[in-house]
Amino acid sequence: MRNGLLYGVLILIAASTVLPFVWMAFTSLHAPNAEPPTMANLFAPDRWHFENYTYVLTFRELPIWRFALNSVVVTSGVVLFQLTICSLAAFGFSRLQFRGRNAIFFLFLLTMMVPGQVLIVPLYLIVHRFGWLDTYWGLIIPYQYLNTAFGTFLLRQFFVTIPRSLDEAARLDGCGDLALFWHVILPSSRPALATVAAFAFIWTWTDFYWALLASSSTTMRPLEVGLSVFRDAYGVTRWPLQMTAAVIVLIPVVAVFLAMQRFFIRGVVTSGIKG
Amino acid sequence: MKAQGRSSGSGYLFIAPATVYLAVFSVAPVLFAAYLSLHRWHLLKPDHPFVGLGNYRALLANPLFRNAICNTFVYVAASVPLGVATALAVALLVSRPLRAVGLFRVLYYLPAVCSQVAISMVWIWILLPEVGLINYCIGLFNRALVSVGTTFGADLAFLRIDTSTDFLHQPGWAMAALVAMSLWIGLGPRMVIFVAGLQNIPEVLYEAADLDGCNAWQRLRYITLPQLRSTMLFVVVTTTIAAFQLFTPVYVMTRGGPQRTTDVVSYHIFKEAWLKFEAGMAAAQSYVLFAMIAAVAVIQFALMRRGMEREDVQ
Repeated sequence: MRNGLLYGVLILIAASTVLPFVWMAFTSLHAPNAEPPTMANLFAPDRWHFENYTYVLTFRELPIWRFALNSVVVTSGVVLFQLTICSLAAFGFSRLQFRGRNAIFFLFLLTMMVPGQVLIVPLYLIVHRFGWLDTYWGLIIPYQYLNTAFGTFLLRQFFVTIPRSLDEAARLDGCGDLALFWHVILPSSRPALATVAAFAFIWTWTDFYWALLASSSTTMRPLEVGLSVFRDAYGVTRWPLQMTAAVIVLIPVVAVFLAMQRFFIRGVVTSGIKG
Repeated sequence: MKAQGRSSGSGYLFIAPATVYLAVFSVAPVLFAAYLSLHRWHLLKPDHPFVGLGNYRALLANPLFRNAICNTFVYVAASVPLGVATALAVALLVSRPLRAVGLFRVLYYLPAVCSQVAISMVWIWILLPEVGLINYCIGLFNRALVSVGTTFGADLAFLRIDTSTDFLHQPGWAMAALVAMSLWIGLGPRMVIFVAGLQNIPEVLYEAADLDGCNAWQRLRYITLPQLRSTMLFVVVTTTIAAFQLFTPVYVMTRGGPQRTTDVVSYHIFKEAWLKFEAGMAAAQSYVLFAMIAAVAVIQFALMRRGMEREDVQ
């Protein structure tokens, strides 16, 4: 009885988080010019308009394939870049001795406190000076300070839990720092690396503000910005087509999230937040 | 712990890429923003005269910027306590030993990983007059009222609620809608942090409480909440920092309207920099935002610490 009530509440909350996505998916199959459907006719359109997807995917003015390619290039670039620099730094902070180590690590954490709003105008001017506006460089490199600090922090927290006896064995075998990092630490840290990659993927794929500024031509827009352009082009009309575009944008994120969900939840735990 | 003893220069080589990266793309922009804020820096004009604190004086005297600050504080004051409380309540629910709680955790997390543009588009529908989800539910309630009324022979029509409210185009409602949306988006991440905190509470404390005959409320008040203090501090501070920077939903859903009631500081900075091209003024506004965030975070730290000390004395 008590459990029944609990499940009732849990299901009600789940309905509120999932229902909007259900509406989105079914609305995308209504006639392109239909009024926004209500819950009453959502599941009963005049017929299922799967051609909406063909229409949106082949829409000349808004090349969604190009947007998707841009998102893939930018996001994989960011993930690789972050994994490289964060894991190297985390190895230095957790395994090597040098003067000022703790002070520099503290500065890393301090950069997480800076609001993006402060950075964005000067970053735009810096990127403009570099000649990176409207290029993949401009979309990949600059706006990642959060990923870098968070990723380094999270990986360091994980690296310190790897037993030192492994290091000593490797050192006896004649491993230098780089070999220790590559052959011992990285292979033991797959879950932590997956967590950093998962967060970097989601944050970059769904980033809007920087992507809006750093891309100006249609051919350089990532999906998230393309979607907003799509919405502006149609205003509040043609809901089914807007929702078709939204579904196309969301499918990759939702798929990655569902495949990697345990890493999202583990990331919170390994980052050492204790009750 | 003195580790390995190998003090060498190679540590610097390992941290060099990330350090250089943060120096160029995080520290330098912060300093550059301070420099910008002291100049009249129009993006399309070649000369950038030094104006000292002129930008700060001008923006504090500007009623539109003061309005943006007020709106931001209204949003923070509403969304942070509600967001933290709902996430904690849900975390307590999904921490119970039930089957399939893992599935619920994943479903609750879903909105947080999704594109905010797509989510904002769906929320525009949720908030539409007549056909939107909320007004549709109100309509169902009205019909239920009528049928209950006819069953019992009472006229309940006076209880009917209007279904034509256009939430996004009415002052007050638009801000409330943004707050509701923030609860919905932020639920998952905040809940997961609370769940992690709850798992770290030693089980013996609850066993001792059971022996003392504590009821559920007493267990929550005297064990769970005190044990969650540092988790709570973390969630409150990160939620606050994020709330001060609300941008995408405003950009997609309201554009600061109706009647500037959702014109929050981040959106104001966006307009200043990219529609008026006043980079210097925008930088000054971003520093005011930075100062507000830092001040509120410091106050939250201090209050929480005082609370902890008081509890320790008891």
